[in-house]
Amino acid sequence: MSRIKEAFSHGKAFIPFLTCGDPDLETTEAAIRAMEAAGADLIELGIPFSDPTAEGPVIQAANERALAAGTTTDQIFDLVRRLRADITVPLVFMTYANVVFSYGTERFVSAAAEIGMDGLILPDVPFEEKEEFAAPCRARGLDLVSLIAPTSADRIGQIAREAEGFLYCVSSLGVTGVRQTLSGSVGEMIRLAKAAAPDLPCAVGFGISTPTQAREMAALSDGAVVGSAIVKLMDRYGREAPAHVGAYVAEMKAAVARA
Amino acid sequence: MSKGRFGIHGGQYIPETLMNAVIELEDAYNYYKDDPEFQTELTELFHTYAGRPSRLYFARRMTEDLGGAKIYLKREDLNHTGAHKINNVLGQALLAKKMGKTRLIAETGAGQHGVATATAAALFGMECVVFMGAEDTRRQALNVYKMRLLGAKVVPVTTGTATLKDACSAAFREWTSRIADTHYCLGSVMGPHPFPTMVRDLQSVISREIGEQLQEKEGRLPDAVLACVGGGSNAIGAFYHFIDEPSVRLIGCEAAGRGVDTPDTAATIATGRLGIFHGMKSYFCQDQYGQIAPVWSISAGLDYPGIGPEHAWLYDTGRAEYVAVTDEEAVAAFEYLSRTEGIIPAIESAHAVAHAMKLAPTMGRDQIVVINISGRGDKDCASIARYRGEEISE
Repeated sequence: MSRIKEAFSHGKAFIPFLTCGDPDLETTEAAIRAMEAAGADLIELGIPFSDPTAEGPVIQAANERALAAGTTTDQIFDLVRRLRADITVPLVFMTYANVVFSYGTERFVSAAAEIGMDGLILPDVPFEEKEEFAAPCRARGLDLVSLIAPTSADRIGQIAREAEGFLYCVSSLGVTGVRQTLSGSVGEMIRLAKAAAPDLPCAVGFGISTPTQAREMAALSDGAVVGSAIVKLMDRYGREAPAHVGAYVAEMKAAVARA
Repeated sequence: MSKGRFGIHGGQYIPETLMNAVIELEDAYNYYKDDPEFQTELTELFHTYAGRPSRLYFARRMTEDLGGAKIYLKREDLNHTGAHKINNVLGQALLAKKMGKTRLIAETGAGQHGVATATAAALFGMECVVFMGAEDTRRQALNVYKMRLLGAKVVPVTTGTATLKDACSAAFREWTSRIADTHYCLGSVMGPHPFPTMVRDLQSVISREIGEQLQEKEGRLPDAVLACVGGGSNAIGAFYHFIDEPSVRLIGCEAAGRGVDTPDTAATIATGRLGIFHGMKSYFCQDQYGQIAPVWSISAGLDYPGIGPEHAWLYDTGRAEYVAVTDEEAVAAFEYLSRTEGIIPAIESAHAVAHAMKLAPTMGRDQIVVINISGRGDKDCASIARYRGEEISE
């Protein structure tokens, strides 16, 4: 079993996201440690990209801040190396195809595997284009995580059957960001995915910010992903953010555990 | 499994949320492109609304002045809304209407594609929202007014560099959030499949007409066809029917901005490298970590860090050549064509005129060069005056 699948083997998973380098890599490192200590089951590390087309305004702004601070892919690899000295929580990178492709897909994936990453999420690489990235990932033991959306309909089966690690279910139309109400179709999406791939863990993301939403989504699936709400805390508290992020993750983890 | 490839370029690198939308679009396009009724309707619109066929004009004074090849100008500037953009927009709007969509969204740089989309939306009674970089809304205030006059909503985009690429990202984000009633009327031969192919087909009317018109006037093919290239829609339109005619040189003129050896450039072939962005694999201006570079050109329409995948492939195979033209050269050509032929070209098209001014004198008098004048220059007068140190109000 991959370390990612293991993350789902002890109850419903809570999966926080943050953008590396916002406001700086030292704060990112402290926040990741705080998340692990607070019970995060898997952590998504965003590598900033200049033009993150799947992100809403909150994460777009975090990407801009991180790049303005001079954050690079190599520095983020160094950060993970430091973390892996004592941190065991599964870690996945979330970034855009060009960040990986431009670095050299093979070179990126080997480096990610070598420093102890467990997977990779590329929101601008759909099923039709995934093999270019999935093949090198498989060769190095990384899971290339697939996504399904409320518009996926008849595509869900084929995506779920070839999914690795876990299936990322996008809760609603549009880009990332906090939402008041989430789509009513999540339960049906998960049902179709589970019918095609019964053992595949499914986590729901996009729009979740409150413990109630996280519990509701986790009840329908195997876990909840939260990004923008955490990135907002990073923006609001800056270098003081890790303690606040830790408290938030603890609250959200408790909520999904009740699902 | 991947679709819409030109060599290694192209593809469909977009979020899963949009996949069924582009599949639906591809199915509809494949059906209607061969539907005689659709083609009759589109041709009728081209003729009675857009003013096609556009003229092929022999530029006698320019030819005599440069003293080399005979120069013909393909007058896309004479189309309704003043540029080639209307060819693509009428086709996509008609297709969207057939698909039951009631709302068009678009990105725009200089505003020409936004104006064309707003025009088609008015014509078909559709809602229209245009995304435009905040920087460009200032540079092209007149076009912003025109779009609003035509009933469109213009959304200034303030993220990133607040120019064309950011407008394009904003339009993709909007489409992701609202698909059922909305068609994204992409303005160039870029983005995910089927856009590069569909937009090329719609623009290929330019090279078909050049071929027919030149056959009538000269009884032969041109020796060279020149067009400016940002995303590359007017260029691919002007090249397409000559791709299989090896005697015809195809020359795309990129925006070098302040020079290809400066950071203030938008010359993708000259300075970019292979990447994946805005739904396609192609060449992009980017740094060593794949961050898309802020680009510069005096022309808001060429101010884009990438190039359409078919151009990338024509470059790889050597079938087309790509040259870089500076702001200064383009402005000089803008003024030259105005004085010499009484035709004020768009500053985008002036990039192709500038290269023709270098090329034509090196060619024989029995040879023929066609320059695609992709748009008219009214929109650029204030900014060119400013470039020359003169402040005028629009």
